[in-house]
Amino acid sequence: MKVTVKYFGLVAEAADKSEEVIELSEVLTASELKKQCLEGLAITDKDSVQIAVNQNLDDAITIKDGDEVALLPPFAGG
Amino acid sequence: MSRYDRQIKLTEVGLEGQQKLRNAKVLIVGVGGLGCPAAMYLVGAGVGKIGLMDHDKVDISNLHRQVLFQESDVGRPKAVAAKERLEKQNKEVHFQVFEEPLTIENAENIIKQYDVVLDGTDNFETKYLINDACLLADKPWVFASIYKNEGQLSVFNYKNGPTYRCLFPKSTRQNISCESTGVLGVLPGILGTLQAAEVLKIILGKGEVLSGKLKLINMMLASEQTIKINKRPEEIERIYKEGISPVYIDCDLKNKERWYLDVREVFEQPKPKGKNVLNIPLNDLTLRYREIPNNQEVFVFCQSGKRSKNAIEILKNEFGFHNLKNVEGGIETIIDG
Repeated sequence: MKVTVKYFGLVAEAADKSEEVIELSEVLTASELKKQCLEGLAITDKDSVQIAVNQNLDDAITIKDGDEVALLPPFAGG
Repeated sequence: MSRYDRQIKLTEVGLEGQQKLRNAKVLIVGVGGLGCPAAMYLVGAGVGKIGLMDHDKVDISNLHRQVLFQESDVGRPKAVAAKERLEKQNKEVHFQVFEEPLTIENAENIIKQYDVVLDGTDNFETKYLINDACLLADKPWVFASIYKNEGQLSVFNYKNGPTYRCLFPKSTRQNISCESTGVLGVLPGILGTLQAAEVLKIILGKGEVLSGKLKLINMMLASEQTIKINKRPEEIERIYKEGISPVYIDCDLKNKERWYLDVREVFEQPKPKGKNVLNIPLNDLTLRYREIPNNQEVFVFCQSGKRSKNAIEILKNEFGFHNLKNVEGGIETIIDG
């Protein structure tokens, strides 16, 4: 199944992209997908990054074909 | 002709709305890139009382985005310079200047005196502090943050809506400011102006307030997105129960087998997870030294390695511990990741 992943803030920078479509071969929850997407990225405190699935914050939901997920790190500039 | 004529003409404002604005009290915490434009529009709209809180001084590198300040303000306290400028814009507005940071001690008391808080801060500690104090004082707050070309915007604790801790229950050590990453002045200009718009809607009781939603803006990509935020009741309950709580940032230690003694104060961050870490602040050691194992090696750490060295001296000389090792470079050297 195909999932669109949108990256924000530091996560976008570490991934060097703001959006990509990825192919998933297994069924994953949002939190598992988050872990997979963040793996290998140079970000500290990965637990602070939140995941939204179809514009809804929820890390327990199961990812479906065609979902759009967003990886949202906190940032604090002002 | 009233100075507010052009907004009174709007059905959402009218004479009644203008009176609400005149009676309203808004606290702006942080008079910087976000706080400056927000203050100008709130003053323009005739908000009756505005608190300006900032303990910083104007720097020449602020002028590209902190639009209240002039070259002649460089070196002056931001809150004072902002008040002088805003008074010239609208003499009907009353200002209260706070040349001090918001702290655990003063937050609730100051926030209680206002109707809405506008967050113009640039660090996580103060954002969580505003969040907790607003929850306890039952006040809504308008949040914004920027990172390079991106902005986040939301309204928290509005009519029992979600809080900042519902969005980000866990913070990060990556406290990155505009000073270090760079920012175009227009971005905080946009976000600060949107914050002022949310404040006005809250006061007027009109329109859709951005509560339970996080707006994401990318200025460079000209893109916008809104994410729904759900309440995390356990986060809210915890603050009601424990009071204002410092930012809680946890981390993993590289070694999960060793025994560790953390001699920092309980609020110091990050907090290691795991049952192999004992936290006894330096000043409590003489009361609680019995909790420390004496039959195996224990690694003692603090933020930098200094206090832990003192702790070992005390434990060795006064209580006969010979199994303690100092973590020289402090906690950062033993964190995993």
